[in-house]
Amino acid sequence: MIQVKNLTKRFNDFTAVDNISLSVPDGEIFAFLGPNGAGKTTTIRMLTTLLHPTSGEMRLNGYDPVTDQNEARRSFGIVFQDPSLDEELTAYENMEFHGVLYKVPKDIRRGRVEQLLRFVELWDRKDDLVKHFSGGMKRRLEIARGLVHHPKILFLDEPTLGLDPQTRDHIWSYIKNLNKEERMTVFFTTHYMEEADRVAKQVAIIDKGKIVAQGSPQELKHQTNTSSLEDAFLALTGRAIREEEVGAIDHLRMHRRMRHR
Amino acid sequence: MSTIYILWLRQLKRYFRSKTRIIGSLGQPLLFLLALGFGFGPIFQRAGGGNYIQFLTPGIIAMSILFTALFSGIEIIWDRQFGFLKETLVAPVSRLQIMIGRTLGGATVASLQGVIVLLLSLLVGFRPVSMALLPMAFLFTVLIALLFTALGTTIASLLEDMQGFQLIMNFLVMPIFFLSGALFPLQGLPKGLIAVASVNPLSYGVDGLRGTLANGVHFGLTMDFLVLGVIVAILLVVGGYLFSKIQV
Ligand SMILES: Nc1ncnc2c1ncn2[C@@H]1O[C@H](COP(=O)(O)OP(=O)(O)OP(=O)(O)O)[C@@H](O)[C@H]1O
Ligand SMILES: [Mg+2]
Repeated sequence: MIQVKNLTKRFNDFTAVDNISLSVPDGEIFAFLGPNGAGKTTTIRMLTTLLHPTSGEMRLNGYDPVTDQNEARRSFGIVFQDPSLDEELTAYENMEFHGVLYKVPKDIRRGRVEQLLRFVELWDRKDDLVKHFSGGMKRRLEIARGLVHHPKILFLDEPTLGLDPQTRDHIWSYIKNLNKEERMTVFFTTHYMEEADRVAKQVAIIDKGKIVAQGSPQELKHQTNTSSLEDAFLALTGRAIREEEVGAIDHLRMHRRMRHR
Repeated sequence: MSTIYILWLRQLKRYFRSKTRIIGSLGQPLLFLLALGFGFGPIFQRAGGGNYIQFLTPGIIAMSILFTALFSGIEIIWDRQFGFLKETLVAPVSRLQIMIGRTLGGATVASLQGVIVLLLSLLVGFRPVSMALLPMAFLFTVLIALLFTALGTTIASLLEDMQGFQLIMNFLVMPIFFLSGALFPLQGLPKGLIAVASVNPLSYGVDGLRGTLANGVHFGLTMDFLVLGVIVAILLVVGGYLFSKIQV
């Protein structure tokens, strides 16, 4: 369903994604893990047509995101890591906007928007402007919006960032269900290793732009002789903190919480 | 079709929800009308120019359309900064539709703005010369609005962030406004200024509005219409192309 071959992205002379290859079969849940600044989001941006690769090949549902942009776009849905809501619109309007852009028929759209807003517990607040929402509420809304249309492939870039454990659990059970019922392929990133361990069938670990390990969580634990995916992750990527990136991303997380304009 | 409609609707909602933006964008033209209109009125009259309010109003209407339209176009930079642009760009809809929806939305808002300023100007004593010409005045309003929304989109497609914004205000918008004949007649100006005014699209908009709302044209209404129409067409194509190349 997703194929990536020798994909590289350079920003000037900095290589953010360095010759990576991976493949995700139809209907699988795939976790793309790595320390801050490893190149996860950059890879997703290329897969989702937002960024042109420097070199390499990609296929989404058989379509090339560089040349068959429209077909590729029809194949996926995405929940971005960074904020992506229109804060001057209400929660309902954001959902509706998405449904219309993705041509979800009106009656299905109405029903699904209500169901999803109830699911993320924002139905009571559906007519409030998003700029008055808390960080967690915005995140829940973004996830709900990503599920308004049912794509073949769902990209989730740190979907559970900033959410409490109850909500995380709740959302993952919904996504796992979609994966089962509709055979939706799920490609996600997270920094919560136990989350990846629980939901992903296959995992790839990327560090400094290069893929350093691939396999099932079980295999990775075996390979590194560790008992948790977290330890396996640390064994594979080292304990050094990615300083500059940590600074930047912390800033972003703060920003996300404090954004009350 | 539904794509264009929902994008159009979004622009309108954002505009009507932003009360400060509405008040701000109506306050400025009103101030210009009052201060300049009454301030220069007597001199203009003595110099044989006639009623200055009559002369000035079409220029001020053009100004408010210019500002609103350009800002609507440039809103893409905000969308980029607040992340919403990504949401639109990953959707399986053609870039041209996105561009058209946004441009129509921005142009609708700017046209409304022009109509409101016209109504306000009635309070200050402006009187349109002929009711029969009002539909044509509206046509010019829409053309100016389309032109500068598309120009805003084109510029915004080239800018990464708000850094360049002040530069654009000072070196593009202000000269466009001041060198358009909005405030003074082009007749009898130094050759250099006339040359600049003739390559300034807003001059044709001001001329068209003045010719249909008040008296006296410089270039002629047909010329105004053709120039504006051709530039709108070009900008839509160029803007659409640049917009389709945006990476986020
Ligand atoms: N537009 C850009 N210009 C220059 N460098 C960039 C750009 N976008 C990303 N980078 C760099 O590419 C590297 C990878 O960034 P990316 O966002 O893909 O990391 P990530 O794996 O998603 O990290 P995180 O877990 O912190 O989200 C970083 O060092 C980042 O600074
Ligand atoms: Mg990231």
